[in-house]
Amino acid sequence: MSREGKKVVVPIGPYHPLLEEPEYFALYCDGEIVVDVEWEAGYNHRGIEKLCESKSWDQVTFLVERVCGICSTSHPIAYVQAVEDLAKVEIPERAKYIRSIIGELERIHSHLLWAGLAGHFLGYNTVFMWAWKYREPVLDIFELVTGNRQSYAMMKIGGVRRDISDDDIPEMRKVLQELKPKLEMLTQAVLDDPVLAARLKGVGVLTPEDVKNYGAVGPTARASGVDIDVRKDSRCAAYGLVDWKVITCQEGDVFAKAVVRLLECFESIKIIQQCLDNLEGKKGPIETEVREIPPGEGIGHYEAPRGEVFHYVRSDGSNRPVRHKIRAPSFVNIPTFKASCLNQTISDVAIILAGVDPCYCCTERMVTLYDAQTKKKIGALKDLIRMSQKKTEKIKFRMGKKC
Amino acid sequence: MKPDILRKLEENFSGRIKELRVHSEKRLYLSVGKEDLLPVAEFIFNSLNARFVTASAVDNLENMEIVYHFSLDKEDVMISLRVVLPRDNPVCPTLSGVVKAAAWIEREMHELFGIQFLQHPGLKHLLLPEDWPAGVYPLRKESPSCPEKGKK
Amino acid sequence: MKLTTKALTKSLWVFHLSTGSCNNCDIEILDCLTPRYDVERFGIVLVGSIRQADVLLVTGIGTKKNAPRIKKLYQQLPKPGFVVAVGTCSCSGGIFRDGYSMAGPISSIIPVDVWIPGCPPKPEAIIAGIVSLLEKLK
Repeated sequence: MSREGKKVVVPIGPYHPLLEEPEYFALYCDGEIVVDVEWEAGYNHRGIEKLCESKSWDQVTFLVERVCGICSTSHPIAYVQAVEDLAKVEIPERAKYIRSIIGELERIHSHLLWAGLAGHFLGYNTVFMWAWKYREPVLDIFELVTGNRQSYAMMKIGGVRRDISDDDIPEMRKVLQELKPKLEMLTQAVLDDPVLAARLKGVGVLTPEDVKNYGAVGPTARASGVDIDVRKDSRCAAYGLVDWKVITCQEGDVFAKAVVRLLECFESIKIIQQCLDNLEGKKGPIETEVREIPPGEGIGHYEAPRGEVFHYVRSDGSNRPVRHKIRAPSFVNIPTFKASCLNQTISDVAIILAGVDPCYCCTERMVTLYDAQTKKKIGALKDLIRMSQKKTEKIKFRMGKKC
Repeated sequence: MKPDILRKLEENFSGRIKELRVHSEKRLYLSVGKEDLLPVAEFIFNSLNARFVTASAVDNLENMEIVYHFSLDKEDVMISLRVVLPRDNPVCPTLSGVVKAAAWIEREMHELFGIQFLQHPGLKHLLLPEDWPAGVYPLRKESPSCPEKGKK
Repeated sequence: MKLTTKALTKSLWVFHLSTGSCNNCDIEILDCLTPRYDVERFGIVLVGSIRQADVLLVTGIGTKKNAPRIKKLYQQLPKPGFVVAVGTCSCSGGIFRDGYSMAGPISSIIPVDVWIPGCPPKPEAIIAGIVSLLEKLK
């Protein structure tokens, strides 16, 4: 592969150099230590809740898929559950299994995506390539079953839009079978790597108290020993019908967050396989017909890869929601960054931020580093990533590992 | 609906709960006056050890509502605490002293609905740009979806 | 064909900007770098600074909060520089068209050379779009 004598530029990575525009995260540092964090949002604000009021109940399902591309099916699941809660609709069992299958496939692809990004932030660029390579077969199954690699349009009030045919099931099983040893390899590599242990253990700790105060959810909470998982607690979709366990760790540091996400992938595979067993060779309805939504209010929540996604809907009996409140998990998880980042060193900021797993669209945003005394700008996210990668190198060197 | 949840609420706040509605075994809605918001929310958050989920503001045209959502995860129950405010002067005490996580969602409700939260640590814009016209609240019913529609 | 344009067709340095997107497009763009698609073998490289880029790849609707930044980045894109709008949102606003937060579509903020629709467009479509830019340059 010829590069025509040009220098290969800055490593691949979703970041932007900071120019003079308003910050997303402003970090104030005293020397090497972060002493304060301010967070500003809104760059991605698209006014979705207002848009929902001008769409029909069914159209909203397509709109909410695009709240976040990675948690793309979690939002529709929570939304349709909210409407089903309002209208007191029970969905057929077959639809429950299909919902869980799509939800768990999404979890696997999202956690692998995260593993890749985290690897990049730490300077393990091969992990990035590798994790994203092994995501591809999962996206292929999505395309096979739903017609699209992302944004699947599978969910419908009362059930699901498409069935999973027996013809597709063997391919799905095959992909999962092949993925499992790769996941095992990655998990073992993370658990056994002394450099990663030195790099991530004790870093960015979130206490159970902070989890409660911030209302944190998902792996961010479970890594601190807080046993909450909407799938287990509410037994929504098919999660009460199959055998699986919630993964928690106790330490609350970035290492624990990584372990929770990796081990969850195995539980996801287990869930999908059991759901497929309950679909294969069987027939049944995939939706309960819902003609009208009565006046009232409903709540639906679901465990997205990042944590609980919450939807509240209000109806006045017409064909549109009067109000639709959406709360994504990152809304409560990102603020915990303040608690887990204070008094940490700047070289750890990038990985602590990644540990919270904000929706990728948020991670790629601007982070500005300020000197706490002079208030002068001293760096941006790409600098933080570089510092993070350098710290890994230093640890490797200290441990006598080759770079 | 677990009877002891209802019983504890009744015991501690009888007379102060304006409305209590059990939508299903998993969904409980209660309405209180804004003067009772903090003690009831504190009870749900601390004594019942619920998790604060979020808050939804609703513009009903004849009034403005805030619904605070709490989850009792292990019991699989959502308790939604409703406060109704006059639309021409929607003022409410901040919940952020009791529940830290309420601070951000109150900022959002402030900028999108125009609700004032008393003693809030900092009601600056969260989602809207700094130069967004003052007094224009996009999620109020009179605000159209796209204010500049037709101009493009 | 000018010397600079000829040089461009050998290797494209791309700066990726997300302006209010759900991320599907951003992930598919990053996917192009991964082993299955591997655009680096065509000399297409993602760069970290707009001042080194030949192409500005934009996703998202262009929120009002982002609009000034989009314009600024376009000004800093060394010319000849090209803008590629990836995804239905940046092409036309898509499903978010009527939202109050929207300043876009991107072509109303900065000039666009190539539009790649899709929600999200598959990596193959993105690569085809970039190739069509190269064809356009020739």
